[in-house]
Amino acid sequence: MASSPLASAILFHLGPVVITRPVVTTWTIIAVLALGSWAATRRLALHPDRRQATLELIVTSIMAQIEEVIRKEPRPFLPILGTLFIFLVAANLSGVLPGMEAPTGKLETPAALALIVFVSVHFFGVRARGPLGYLASFAQPKLIMLPLNIISEVTRTFSLMVRLFGNVMSGEFVIALIVGLAGLFVPIPLMVLEILVGLVQAYIFTVLATVFIGAAVDTVERG
Amino acid sequence: MDIKLISTIASALAVSIGSIGPALAEGRSVAAAMDAIARQPEAAGTISRTLFVGLAMIETMAIYCLVVALILLFANPYAG
Repeated sequence: MASSPLASAILFHLGPVVITRPVVTTWTIIAVLALGSWAATRRLALHPDRRQATLELIVTSIMAQIEEVIRKEPRPFLPILGTLFIFLVAANLSGVLPGMEAPTGKLETPAALALIVFVSVHFFGVRARGPLGYLASFAQPKLIMLPLNIISEVTRTFSLMVRLFGNVMSGEFVIALIVGLAGLFVPIPLMVLEILVGLVQAYIFTVLATVFIGAAVDTVERG
Repeated sequence: MDIKLISTIASALAVSIGSIGPALAEGRSVAAAMDAIARQPEAAGTISRTLFVGLAMIETMAIYCLVVALILLFANPYAG
């Protein structure tokens, strides 16, 4: 029997705090991404060289995607959504490296990310419409929709979490089962599929966060 | 029947029955998107983006069943 996908391996204790493996992986990814971004944007020139052109391509294409969904100036939403996407790509693909497992395949990391999205949706909503205007938007289009709108705030955050967790975890679980059943090199096609699933899930998580934020600032239909 | 046997059967049923609906739904939505792209190839970008988001929504139903099955197998509150 494979080990439970709902539990995470405990690496060490930091006083009363238990440090599990996904935490260490997540902090490593954060450090690598932060240092990489710092190093990559250190010397920006007006005439970009190859490295800067690649960076600009990534940033402008993320901005274009956000603008297509929200239909507003994407600049205020770029930090949270761009970071979310790049982190998710790195986290989902980190499972491919030997000896690492994707932190998004454990329940805690997707839960934290979904909570970040939940908070930022309300932050952008309040900032765009003011506290009262944002609260009033929950009673749209009719007052009777109020409980449904409130429930959907919670359930869509929950489904955001379960979707990411389920997709990444099920891929790793299937690969682990097939390694156990069939042998060493058999699951390579599945790992290729897992790379695709990781990229698609990172994209979907970001697009859904964009749609939710767009609904909160009232440019997209409520999702 | 003891609780382990029941949980195993229940998790198998949850995944197998629960994936019927999403499978039909995903087939229908991909077919509709192909139809739309064939009629209007210039809208392919918008259609496929919406399709991916919709497929993720549909697939969540199957993932819910999977999570229920895993809870039954690995975190069953009644197994003690």
